[in-house]
Amino acid sequence: MIALLMRDLKLAFRAGGGFGLGLAFFLIVTVLVPFSVGPQSSLLATISPGVLWLGALLACLLSLDRLLALDWEDGSLDLLATAPLPLEAVVTIKALAHWITTGLPLVLAAPVLGVLLNLPQPGFVWLVVSLALGTPALSVIGTFGAALTVGLKRGGLLLSLLVLPLYVPTLIFGAEVARRGAISMETNTPLLMLAGITAGAVALLPFASAAVLRVNLR
Amino acid sequence: MSISAKANRLWAYANPKKFLETTEKALPFFWVAAALCLVVGLVWGFFFTPDDYRQGSTVKIIYLHVPSALMAINIWFMMLVTSLVWLVRRHHVSALAARAAAPVGVVMTLIALATGAIWGQPMWGTWWAWDPRLTSFLILFLFYLGYIALWEAIENPDTAADLTSVLCLVGSVFAILSRYAVNFWNQGLHQGASLSLDKEENVADVFWVPLLVCIAGFVLLFVALVLYRTGTEIRARRIKALQARERVGA
Amino acid sequence: MTLEVSDLSITRGGVPVLQGLGFALRPGHALVVRGPNGIGKTTLLRTLAGLQPPLSGRIEGADETIAYAGHSDGIKPTLTVIENLTFWARVFGARSIQPALDAFDLNDLAERHAGNLSAGQKRRLGLSRLLVTGRPIWMLDEPTVSLDVSAVAMFADAVRAHLGQGGSALIATHIDLGLDAEILDVGPFKARPREIEDFDGDFL
Repeated sequence: MIALLMRDLKLAFRAGGGFGLGLAFFLIVTVLVPFSVGPQSSLLATISPGVLWLGALLACLLSLDRLLALDWEDGSLDLLATAPLPLEAVVTIKALAHWITTGLPLVLAAPVLGVLLNLPQPGFVWLVVSLALGTPALSVIGTFGAALTVGLKRGGLLLSLLVLPLYVPTLIFGAEVARRGAISMETNTPLLMLAGITAGAVALLPFASAAVLRVNLR
Repeated sequence: MSISAKANRLWAYANPKKFLETTEKALPFFWVAAALCLVVGLVWGFFFTPDDYRQGSTVKIIYLHVPSALMAINIWFMMLVTSLVWLVRRHHVSALAARAAAPVGVVMTLIALATGAIWGQPMWGTWWAWDPRLTSFLILFLFYLGYIALWEAIENPDTAADLTSVLCLVGSVFAILSRYAVNFWNQGLHQGASLSLDKEENVADVFWVPLLVCIAGFVLLFVALVLYRTGTEIRARRIKALQARERVGA
Repeated sequence: MTLEVSDLSITRGGVPVLQGLGFALRPGHALVVRGPNGIGKTTLLRTLAGLQPPLSGRIEGADETIAYAGHSDGIKPTLTVIENLTFWARVFGARSIQPALDAFDLNDLAERHAGNLSAGQKRRLGLSRLLVTGRPIWMLDEPTVSLDVSAVAMFADAVRAHLGQGGSALIATHIDLGLDAEILDVGPFKARPREIEDFDGDFL
């Protein structure tokens, strides 16, 4: 399992691995926001938690179609499926690798972009906490979507259509934590809900992902 | 007859041939009953009920809004059940029934959203508000779209049935989560459920009876549509199977 | 480990392609699968490897014993030859990769990125993976595609050595590898479609 994780990380960091693309996308979206809504700092302060969450979510979505498709194309998935590793473990590791290469950088970059969007002072810590807690769910749910569409030639758009509705609860609670944090409100309830969704998704979705992957491999 | 024997009888309809034979006989009755209920219910509702003292005649859109909203949710639930049956017992008819129901569900969701907007405009002064109920229906609409798109995208029918069934299962969990999330996110304008079997009925009897007739009409229409469409899906599936036979070189 | 198959029926895309297939593959033996294109050789190998379920019939002795090599080699172009092999070695339980490098003459290429290898060299790398799996039954789908004459001999030697150690191999190929192998012609097992009258709805 560690071998698979190390390989995926290595592949992501090597040339053409796509590491940093999500981060760059996040940056660009954030920069474009003031151009579209205007530069008033009070307005930006109000919308910044939500905009940053949405940007992070879209950046996560961007790299999903490579998550399993590359291994599918070169036959690695067939070989992994016949290897001693259970497919549930394979998809979990894949999701973890996706989080480390996409989700984690977003979490770390979010405060910097928060400065650009005039995020209120108390909001920074909650933005990071909510993203750190929410992005693993985005990766796991995304892996499920990738497993559903892995055999399709033009799966990218369909993948977005399938995954985005599944992202709704995570987005609502995650952005709520960041939003309430920014205006110094109590954040316990949405934070616990967010943690619950992430825990549930991480615990259960790999089984669904592995099941649909098996169907797609046959 | 014991319950299990009855259940076994039910499974007999999982055979496509038997299903087609039976539904072909039953379908005319469903069409007629659906048309009858809808005409009676809607005419009664639109022309022979008094205007509401607060809402005026706009209240009459309830006869389209409430049944379609009920159906939108229940059709998804029916798809969930038939998807489970496919995953557990591998009856093709079950998977095809789920496929046949989805477009009907989309239309019902759209009707509920559109009539809601038309009703909401004079009542709340806005076509759309990010009210939890409205938002939930919009999300349900997106789930329907994804489900149908996945069916359309996959070539192999068995693979498509498996994948859409799992999507329906996972989607149901997330749809419920979304419902709670949306409730938490914004407490809304929408009145509580208009229908309940409690003593404190929200709707007066004069509105209530034609509404029940309309709901019966929508249910019957849905049953007729799904049986009809499932028959079509079965035939399409059979054509595919026959073509595959040709290719193998029968 | 003997692989025993009896009364096996397999489907491709929901349509039966082979039926009533039965054979036994004993340790130290090789079986060459023959048959015209499209008969279902690849499907048979994928079914035996556990990638898809059979329609009916029994497969015994296939659990965790099969090393499958399909049309694609599962090679990552941005990893070096050693990194590719080491990965599979670790997935299958950390064995030395040196024998695999030796058997397919990959030592000189060891530090090269797999993306810079020729098609034949890639194939050799893909086949060398079989040696690091440590699994007794090799299941090979057209293994000699893009191999030159000397590489084919190299491959045949590797199979012979594997058989000598008590392993076995099921090979779908059209060329003569010079192995002492039985031939399994799957042509006669071609599935006959059911009569239209019995066409009751499994759609098969």
